[in-house]
Amino acid sequence: MPSDAAAETGSATRDDLLSHYRAMLLIRRFEEKAGQLYGMGLIGGFCHLYIGQEAVVTGMQAAIRDGDSVITAYRDHGHMLACGMDPKGVMAELTGRVGGYSKGKGGSMHMFSLEERFYGGHGIVGAQVPLGTGVAFAHKYSGDGGVCLTYFGDGAANQGQVYESFNMAELWDLPVVYVIENNKYGMGTSVERASSTTDLHQRGAAHGIPGEAVDGMDVLAVREAGEKAVAHARNGDGPFILEMVTYRYRGHSMSDPAKYRSREEVQKMREERDPIERVKAMLAADGAAEDELKEIDREIRAIVNNAAEFAQNSPEPDPAELYTDVLAA
Amino acid sequence: MPIEVLMPALSPTMEEGTLARWLIEEGDSVSAGDVIAEIETDKATMEVEAVDEGIVGRLAVAEGTEGVKVNAVIAWLLEEGEDASAIDAAAAAAPAAAAPARPADEGAAESAAESPAIPTAVAVPAAAAPAAPAPAAEAVYAGETKEVTVREALRDAMAEEMRRDERVFLMGEEVAEYQGAYKVSQGLLDEFGADRVIDTPITEHGFAGLGTGAAFAGLRPVVEFMTFNFAMQAVDHIINSAAKTRYMSGGQVAAPIVFRGPNGAAARVAAQHSQEFSSWYAHCPGLKVVAPWSAADAKGLLKAAIRDDDPVVFLENEILYGRSGEAPTDPEHIVPIGRANVVREGADVTIVSFSLMMETALTAAEMLENDGIAAEVIDLRTIRPLDAATVVASVKKTNRLVSVEEGWPFAGIGAELCAVAMEQAFDDLDAPVARVCGADVPMPYAANLEKLALPDAERVVQAARAVCYAG
Repeated sequence: MPSDAAAETGSATRDDLLSHYRAMLLIRRFEEKAGQLYGMGLIGGFCHLYIGQEAVVTGMQAAIRDGDSVITAYRDHGHMLACGMDPKGVMAELTGRVGGYSKGKGGSMHMFSLEERFYGGHGIVGAQVPLGTGVAFAHKYSGDGGVCLTYFGDGAANQGQVYESFNMAELWDLPVVYVIENNKYGMGTSVERASSTTDLHQRGAAHGIPGEAVDGMDVLAVREAGEKAVAHARNGDGPFILEMVTYRYRGHSMSDPAKYRSREEVQKMREERDPIERVKAMLAADGAAEDELKEIDREIRAIVNNAAEFAQNSPEPDPAELYTDVLAA
Repeated sequence: MPIEVLMPALSPTMEEGTLARWLIEEGDSVSAGDVIAEIETDKATMEVEAVDEGIVGRLAVAEGTEGVKVNAVIAWLLEEGEDASAIDAAAAAAPAAAAPARPADEGAAESAAESPAIPTAVAVPAAAAPAAPAPAAEAVYAGETKEVTVREALRDAMAEEMRRDERVFLMGEEVAEYQGAYKVSQGLLDEFGADRVIDTPITEHGFAGLGTGAAFAGLRPVVEFMTFNFAMQAVDHIINSAAKTRYMSGGQVAAPIVFRGPNGAAARVAAQHSQEFSSWYAHCPGLKVVAPWSAADAKGLLKAAIRDDDPVVFLENEILYGRSGEAPTDPEHIVPIGRANVVREGADVTIVSFSLMMETALTAAEMLENDGIAAEVIDLRTIRPLDAATVVASVKKTNRLVSVEEGWPFAGIGAELCAVAMEQAFDDLDAPVARVCGADVPMPYAANLEKLALPDAERVVQAARAVCYAG
């Protein structure tokens, strides 16, 4: 039996690891189910899955506290689940039903929860970066001590508005952490083919913003870097850039045949770098019983199945909803 | 119960495909995420991953089969302790496979147009949308007034609202230390300090987005564009971020923000700095668009815009900044958004205009009076929501309508007024509606050409005489 001391892995306790394992598994299973419902035609339009990147939002969420806020682009299901949003409401939005977070009017790319301070869910590449900088501005303006995590991808990292935001955030010491999820491909174009410099964490250098590259497949590394960056922002020292080097296993969206990379490349990442397997192995080495992990698997599967059931049984929005929520009532 | 593995769709429009290759055999055990097959359409090849774990009990479709319908059962997975006989039992109990489970199938987009539940604007004009809520009644102001310039009126409006509500702040280029590129924000930095009167870098895209994010988070930003020409850099945030978020969030997230600044042609600054944007913004649901003319309206409407819970595009005019008028001094007096104003009454022809072109319209009305034609002149003040009721009531009286705007004719505000007149006052019209617009060209620099490109009173008089058949 491991001693209590052995239950510590770095700064993470076994409870931390179990909590991360659960959070990442929920995202993985949720996304697999979303992919299945998409395949059945129950989810329409675009559907960008987060499978492979789970450690990023899980680690970052562990680095923030109540009152902090989060904003991201359209690969957003994982962020919402990590924020504590109800899987039922997220899945029902994917199926376009009234039980969804936006009453079925937003879809996969446009969901929000003021309660969890999740500000979307944005479909225009890079647009969430000034928006998140504005949420951070509001934290500073109101003096509430909050920090805004503003996520964007390697593709968005080339958008002009990102640098306009960097400039203002540093100029005004805004409490924002820019989390670049570098999953190596902006749709079908690799970072190398789209970016003149590929060290994305250095993209703030011209504005004096510190940055760091992080193994985005290692939830503990993410969390540790996240805590440092969040403390920097919360301290009044301005923005911080974290480049999460990660990988998406699935295509850009459901309808992407992913011919721009080899199956071997994807398979290698899955086998050698999978963030969930990594934590699972740590837990096993730590003496966690297989039954304990299986029980978590079962719980997660039940949550996801309930979400899928809710999402299929929730009615479509009433036709009268077509004309509501355009302006304040 | 054995688990069905269904033929997935690669895209919302896929109906069938080829099962190109199986990567598993009967008896294999699979876990969630394992690639089990490849499917192909004419456009793409894709891998199918297992969603559940289990033992492959049966492959129901042979490798290489073409025309496999979406949602057909292609394999069965067995759970622990089950054998293949369970598949036969389950298959017998289940209805025919490939029954479309989707409520919104591939044809939905096409068939929606015919659905009686969702009438299109073409099939049922105006009736498709519920009647817009009536704007708040405009209180008759009997209090104290003071003569101010439009510039001062706008500044006073912001100052009063900033005193009233700490969430209100002003940001834009040169608004603070320079006191405003057109001196609209004169004195605000001194009173409210640099935390609330904020000079931005020259990055419209960025600061319009930043302001919108701050509005999502509960503040009430006033974002000044040095001119609306530069707001083209920011139009994605004005429309995609500010105007659409309330709807996209099912009513959860509001964007109470004002985008303001001078709009339209100034003088001799040529094409890129001379454009009238009313119809661009008025096209978009989720935005309110205001374009005042008088000092009193500039003040009252800007105050209303700052208090509004929706994004407001507030279109000022550089030439009007120096014009003076009496404006209420009571900080609680506002002019409600959505109400036009009958500035001059007349029985023979209705002239509808807004912003700087009100001067042209009123000059024309005086010229027409000399000809014995009594023109009624309406200042729209708000472009969206359009006060159609006031326009229609006037047309029912005069039976004639002339629109006057500085912007281009195509899909302009005049075109919208034509539609209003036809849909709501068709039987009252004694002549086709006449539009007086800016010339359908980029604004020229040469003084004589610029003059030709802008509406003038003479052209308005000609249009009014034409609809009155006065030759």
